[in-house]
Amino acid sequence: MKKFKLLTTAALTVALAVPLALTSMSVSAERYVLVSHAPDSDSWWNTVKNGLALAGKQMDVEVEYRNPPTGDLADMARIIQQAAASKPDGIITTLADYNLLSGPIRNAVDQGINVIIMNSGTPKQARDVGALMFIGQPEYDAGFAAGERAKGDGVKSFLCVNHVISNPVVAERCRGFADGLGVELGESMIDSGQDPAEIKNRVLAYLSANPDTDAVITLGPTSADPTILALKQNGMAGQIYFGTFDLGANIVKAIKSDIIKWGIDQQPFLQAYLPIVILANYDRYGVLPGNNINSGPGFVTKDALGLVEKYAGEYR
Amino acid sequence: MIEQTASQSISNSTPDEPQATQKLDEPQVSGKPDERVKTRSSFRQALIGPELGGICGTILVFVFFFLTASDSGMFSAAGVMNWSVVSAQFIIIAVGACLLMISGEFDLSVGSMIGFSGMSIALLAVTFGWPVWLAIITTFILCMAIGALIGWVVTKTGLPSFIVSLAFLFILRGLTIFAAIATTNKTIVGGIRVAAEGDWLAPLFGGKVFTGVFQWMGNQGWIDTFSGGLKKGQPVVEGIPMLMVWAFVLVLFAHFLLTKTKFGNWIFASGGNAQAALYVGVPVNKVKILMFMFTAFCACVFATSQVMEFGSAGADRGLLKEFEAIISVVIGGALLTGGYGSVIGAALGAIIFGVVQQGLFFAGVESSLFRVFLGTILLFSVILNTYIRRIITGEK
Repeated sequence: MKKFKLLTTAALTVALAVPLALTSMSVSAERYVLVSHAPDSDSWWNTVKNGLALAGKQMDVEVEYRNPPTGDLADMARIIQQAAASKPDGIITTLADYNLLSGPIRNAVDQGINVIIMNSGTPKQARDVGALMFIGQPEYDAGFAAGERAKGDGVKSFLCVNHVISNPVVAERCRGFADGLGVELGESMIDSGQDPAEIKNRVLAYLSANPDTDAVITLGPTSADPTILALKQNGMAGQIYFGTFDLGANIVKAIKSDIIKWGIDQQPFLQAYLPIVILANYDRYGVLPGNNINSGPGFVTKDALGLVEKYAGEYR
Repeated sequence: MIEQTASQSISNSTPDEPQATQKLDEPQVSGKPDERVKTRSSFRQALIGPELGGICGTILVFVFFFLTASDSGMFSAAGVMNWSVVSAQFIIIAVGACLLMISGEFDLSVGSMIGFSGMSIALLAVTFGWPVWLAIITTFILCMAIGALIGWVVTKTGLPSFIVSLAFLFILRGLTIFAAIATTNKTIVGGIRVAAEGDWLAPLFGGKVFTGVFQWMGNQGWIDTFSGGLKKGQPVVEGIPMLMVWAFVLVLFAHFLLTKTKFGNWIFASGGNAQAALYVGVPVNKVKILMFMFTAFCACVFATSQVMEFGSAGADRGLLKEFEAIISVVIGGALLTGGYGSVIGAALGAIIFGVVQQGLFFAGVESSLFRVFLGTILLFSVILNTYIRRIITGEK
């Protein structure tokens, strides 16, 4: 009986181990690891994964995507340390919290690994940790531009639905928007959580408590999709001024049907695709662009929806 | 399993109860020899401990990753340090959860407690400008007081600790976010590293020991060194972080407490059968409240080390850590129902969990399949654990 069990155990180990061993043995090309701060539940990052995979295929390099399952940034720091220990040719990572991540990133750089900062962080922070460059959207500026645009459209008060209250960089969008609009942020930003039903009900509650709110701003599909439903339910859809950061299939549909005025696309595809292309060419030929790259902001309105609609959620 | 607890408490009891033992033996005199005092070989004794599954699982996990990830840097100095530190983190919270679970209760507020205590230190030290040592000590007192409150509510009301601590999971998380937003308008508070410079207590949590040894090993070329930057020439692994020292000390302390002291027997008794324990004079409520406080203490050690290492506290730190602690304890052979388990087992469970979690990254598992692998391996190790124990002990 005991022998039998041990044999099964051994057999299972081998069965589990063999496919893994095969995948890790086919290594010969350059290997790049992308580390994000997003929890598993954040669907927006799918575009990043697709961009990463496409770049990996086109450049013929090996790419890996890593993230802390719950979005805990301290776990992310461990993942960066792990990535550095596995000695890749380059690491692409977000800089969601400079205090916490600068140490591990600096250590990777000092071990001779090329690092590109994508998505979160600022160009200055990227320089400070020794990264090659920053590719992303300056969040405060994007929010500010959106605020100015809304001000031109006559908006005076707003609600900002923040589904990632723990990420200070994303909250900068709300701050920038308020400043662009020329009003105090104050109580306008709510912590909506990640659950669609909760987000929807919190938006409904806020709008019934503050019926004279002019505009709603959402910070991504996670908060935008339930907000669309909420506005349809309370009859404000199409009347209230609704802008959103980032795109997704439902957002595109809502732009088309005049529920959402504009979406700010930071083009996450480029944030994953470009670093791979840049790192691979840098490793092979030593060529490197001389500046940071702004992947956004680009305003997407009803007039320019063709390709956006086709690839929303996949590459857009 | 309760039999084992009983035999252990008899063999460990202080010599002031020989009469009781004799009285128990009397009715047996005419019959067969009493199986409770039957001697077992020390090898068999070792085998049937709750740790066995953990030991087998640990060996299996290392063999597994040695086969799949040995060329990925997982067993280089930096790689070993990476999964060791993650395992040490799990060990710290698992030790607390283990003793609490043996005493028959759960604490689901561990993860929130980690976020709460980290934020407490950061706010006190950075925003309010207290000396860091005072912020740390105040936070420890605060956390243990909250632990005591949870324990008091559980024992006073008789409600399942599952529900009470679940309530505190939300209360503490909410308070953490509120306190951070209300005082700083941010959910991540940084600047602790600057505040902690020159502090006498902070290095006890965030420091590193044996740095000289590692520098020497780096000079000898045994471990990799930084090839550029400010740290050029220094080894990639600077020393043993205090986090690991804490894990080691906590395991030793808890193991000693559980197996070598009267209080340890009280913990087993409180979880095995609280009513019976009460009848023989064990202060069950006091034991349970103390265990809740110990769990809070462990969560606070975890948080303080994290805050001191990374220099910032975030309101979302520690999400789901309560389950990771419980999983580690269960892999380590403890029973969810209480009264049975071992600290060494829980520590091995934490090592398995940490090695699997980081090892999957090293092995290059597709990230969306990560949780599938994690779940499968965890389930597998718990089943293995249970079966091996049954085969060897002959339990049904």
